[in-house]
Amino acid sequence: MTPPRKPFSQIVEKVPPSGIRKFFDLAQSMQGVISLGVGEPDFPTPWSAREAAIHALEHGATTYTSNSGLLALREAVCTDLAGRYGVRYRAEDECLITSGVSEGLDLTLRALLNPGDEVIVPEPSYVAYAPCVAFAGGIPVPVALDPAQAYRMDPELIGAAVTERTKAVLFGSPSNPTGSAQSAADLTALAALAVERDLWLLSDEIYDRLTYHGTHTPASSVPGAWERTVLLGGFSKSYAMTGWRVGYVCAPEPLARLMHRIHQYTMLCAPHMSQIAALEAMRTAQGDVEEMVADYDRRRRLFAKGLDELGLTCPEPGGAFYVFPSIRTTGMSSQEFAEGLLEQERVAVVPGDVFGPSGEGHVRCSYATSLPQLEQALERIARFIA
Amino acid sequence: MREILTVLEADAHASVERIATLTGIDEAGVREQIAAWEASGVIRRYKAVVDWDRFGDQRVTAFVDVTVAPERGRGFDDVAERIARFREIRAVHLVSGAQDLRVEVEGSSMKEVADFVAQKLSGIDRVTATDTHFLLRRYKDDGQLLIDPEPDQRLSVTP
Repeated sequence: MTPPRKPFSQIVEKVPPSGIRKFFDLAQSMQGVISLGVGEPDFPTPWSAREAAIHALEHGATTYTSNSGLLALREAVCTDLAGRYGVRYRAEDECLITSGVSEGLDLTLRALLNPGDEVIVPEPSYVAYAPCVAFAGGIPVPVALDPAQAYRMDPELIGAAVTERTKAVLFGSPSNPTGSAQSAADLTALAALAVERDLWLLSDEIYDRLTYHGTHTPASSVPGAWERTVLLGGFSKSYAMTGWRVGYVCAPEPLARLMHRIHQYTMLCAPHMSQIAALEAMRTAQGDVEEMVADYDRRRRLFAKGLDELGLTCPEPGGAFYVFPSIRTTGMSSQEFAEGLLEQERVAVVPGDVFGPSGEGHVRCSYATSLPQLEQALERIARFIA
Repeated sequence: MREILTVLEADAHASVERIATLTGIDEAGVREQIAAWEASGVIRRYKAVVDWDRFGDQRVTAFVDVTVAPERGRGFDDVAERIARFREIRAVHLVSGAQDLRVEVEGSSMKEVADFVAQKLSGIDRVTATDTHFLLRRYKDDGQLLIDPEPDQRLSVTP
């Protein structure tokens, strides 16, 4: 047998595996773990959506759909965005149904970047941003955000990192892992910077509905931003539909056309039955969403207060279902804290440094778990740091 | 303020301190509001949702559709109230459709419920017909699913 000798992709080999994996393996090997490490809702998908998908399968919705996705779903998405936030996209050619934001992000970066283009990634950030930039031939440029400023995207901070090669700024708001939501004022200033330096804003808004103070501000809704913004959204978090792999991306037509081109040759379409479930969720599960959001809000208050009482401070999270407390008072590194807490007290959290070096000294806790579990986790954390 | 009721409806046991934490309203405010609602009847009482089947209690429930003869100048109130006062009656609702009242009757045996319907309920003035449906199994009651919850299939750590 002669093994292949030619090297694998240099680009891929250079990207390190996700630091979350190690914790997953460790947590899986243990019994009685309370997990605050889960990046998905603990609610099942609203029954109306599941029931619609079952019905659709029984009646043959097992085929491809158009590359762009079911027109009815695109129309529902565009109507919802216009009604909720006043941002307008044409269902015909400015909206594409994808296999989750993950695919949408990959399409965006591949359609946008030329080799060597820089993309500013404010950190701590979702684990996939920098690797996806690299896979698309770009260079991720991390910019550390300040926890003392509640991780706001200070336009001066971002501006200082812009070079001639900068193509875009890629961010999530509300954020995984910090739970911070960017204000309309900061987004407006960021848009002005983008206009001045000719940048794209790549805005991951998967947590848009999980916003606890006022309503969410889409990046594309602020003055000057629409023409240079990609809105990435989906159903996974708002409608508790992570496993269905269905989301959407909205962008100005010239870019959307190129994204469509990649999508038609790679994914072809998002799963048909998932698109039907998503459409039904939009039509009939608004009450479920409101109940889930109210429930997250109660858990958020309880958990943030509990952490605060333990001296693990964090800026009040405005969105998503994460808190990102500082654990510096314990004298431990993020990894030591997370490993120790898992081994001694069987509570899984994610060390902050997997979200970028600026996450060091923090851990990510998800409160997408029941109140009794959160209360028990707080007791265990208290014991661990005592 | 509505949030206080949502918390209490899900957990009648919730302490003032806990409600304050969950809603972000201060404890004094929560205490005052609850007292006001108790006084005005917005909060009727605090109850547990009991699965009597699981406890092993042999209770028999029937839903009875009751037809009431209309009489000029009188609504359904007098008949409905007369029915509602019986200890065996758990609920009385005025409904649209072919029948007028839908009532829930509870007893310790089928015979007891049948006797109640035959001897008491159908004998009430202006009750002209009854249609009795014995309850066979409860799947959801008072918004609470009584079937086993779905298992959490999430992996323990995900991005």
